[in-house]
Amino acid sequence: MFRKPMVAAVVLLVGLACLAGEELTLKGSTTVLPIAQLAAEVFAERFPEVAVSVQGGGSGVGIAALIDGTCDIADASRAMKPSEWARAVEKGVYPYHWFIASDGIAIVVHPQNPLQRLTLAEIKDLYTGRITNWKELGGPDLKVVTISRDSASGTYEVFKELVLSGEEPSAPGMLFQPSNAAVAEAVARTPGAIGYVGMGYLNPAIKALAVAEDEAGPYVLPSEEAVISGTYPIARPLFMITNGFPEGVVRRFIMFILSDEGQRLVSELGYVPIRSLAG
Amino acid sequence: MKKRGLADRVVKVITWGCASCSLLGLGLITLFLFREAVPLFSRVSFGGFLFGAVWRPTSDPPSFGILPMVAGSALVTFGALLVAVPFGIGVALFIGEVLPQGFRDLLKLSVEILAGIPSVVYGFFGLVVVGPWLQGVLGLPTGQTALLAALLLGVMALPTVASVAEDAVAAVPDSLREASLALGATPWQTMWRVVLPAAKSGAFAGVLLGMGRAIGETMTVLMVSGNSPVWPPSFLSPVRTMTATVALEMAEAPVGGLHYRALFAVGGVLFLFVLLLNLVGELVAHRVRRGA
Repeated sequence: MFRKPMVAAVVLLVGLACLAGEELTLKGSTTVLPIAQLAAEVFAERFPEVAVSVQGGGSGVGIAALIDGTCDIADASRAMKPSEWARAVEKGVYPYHWFIASDGIAIVVHPQNPLQRLTLAEIKDLYTGRITNWKELGGPDLKVVTISRDSASGTYEVFKELVLSGEEPSAPGMLFQPSNAAVAEAVARTPGAIGYVGMGYLNPAIKALAVAEDEAGPYVLPSEEAVISGTYPIARPLFMITNGFPEGVVRRFIMFILSDEGQRLVSELGYVPIRSLAG
Repeated sequence: MKKRGLADRVVKVITWGCASCSLLGLGLITLFLFREAVPLFSRVSFGGFLFGAVWRPTSDPPSFGILPMVAGSALVTFGALLVAVPFGIGVALFIGEVLPQGFRDLLKLSVEILAGIPSVVYGFFGLVVVGPWLQGVLGLPTGQTALLAALLLGVMALPTVASVAEDAVAAVPDSLREASLALGATPWQTMWRVVLPAAKSGAFAGVLLGMGRAIGETMTVLMVSGNSPVWPPSFLSPVRTMTATVALEMAEAPVGGLHYRALFAVGGVLFLFVLLLNLVGELVAHRVRRGA
């Protein structure tokens, strides 16, 4: 009954927005995507005249789109590579990296595993098959079941870079799970399991281990404070990249993300804000 | 008279159009699949792709060997058939030969409902219930194994096997049964020695179609098989199937890159497998329907 007027109203609204408003396009990393999406929603409520469009595709896709001028902000879970810089300069684009959040990766085991802490080298030995039984690390006589994300995941890439120094995880019989939630689920149900998940996915059914760069320590549990202070070793910065120092609506959006309110959204989503937030 | 002739012609054109649209769709999908896959083989040898045992698409240099995945798919499908064939044919014989008429539709309906359960539900059930149970009973380090995937796929393929086999059993003429019973054979002997052999090509078609169902299933195996491209695979180890590989990796393979092309090539291999199974299955089923 009231369908037609509603359609008309929507068309009118969208039309008006296009006529009067500005457009803002974000593209890139799927790790940053949840932040970008939530921020865009809140931002659009505040500034209804701005039409914000958010797309995934991966860091590389976002950066390429920024260089080609098809997006205003590139979301990236890594800094730009030299080859990308070269192409940007060639096209007259000056990339400006905004550090908007951090992402900490927690190393988790089954709650019954008595182990409390590991060094990066020990984690690497587990994931490359050099350690296959927990008793080698002073734990129970139990076969290690390594659990990894699939190779398309950004978390996988970072784990590979920061923990395995670029090597592929290669422990025999390793399980590959399609999502952070699936890794958490598999670890919770497998007594001999070790896995890694984004900090937002920690829950009481799995146990996070304290991690140290080397045996000298300190061993640090993953937490917001530890990532902000830089003491937790498995963390990475997340960026939004703009062309030059931004103006107008792009600048308003970046400032919104960096504000206490924007950073609170970051924290809500399980990522680590760039500074401690009061309250 | 004239008017009806016109209406007939219009309907004919419409149905003809629908039929050719689906054919065109199939043709375009095939074309696209192979167009995206073929450039891979200018950089990777065909033999190395099919028979390579190492799949590391994001390493430097990458390695694209799909043998562990082909073997994984084959192993899981074979295991699924071990479950689906005896149970499916048993169900078909039970519905066709044992149950009184009134109950047949009830059981047929429940088998159809089995076919209608979404695969993600099977996957979740496997992950949360069957997997941990298998892990405990067999004392495995993890329940996410080829065996678990095979069990679930077997249950999922069962309705396909059962319904096609049931059609074949129903198509066996009553004169055969009556003759057998008149010669003094028991109902069991009649079912086992007369009806089943007479329905065997139909049952075979059901098995082939069930196999197509099992090999193409994605969500369930993705959730329960552990997705580890181990070589050689076994029932008690995790496996990675071809479908799971495409599903896991397609999202972030850069469009047009080697990895992307390799995933399309995996899809192509899978497509050829399933096409072959369906063609043979349909051919056999067709022969049954014509009563040959």
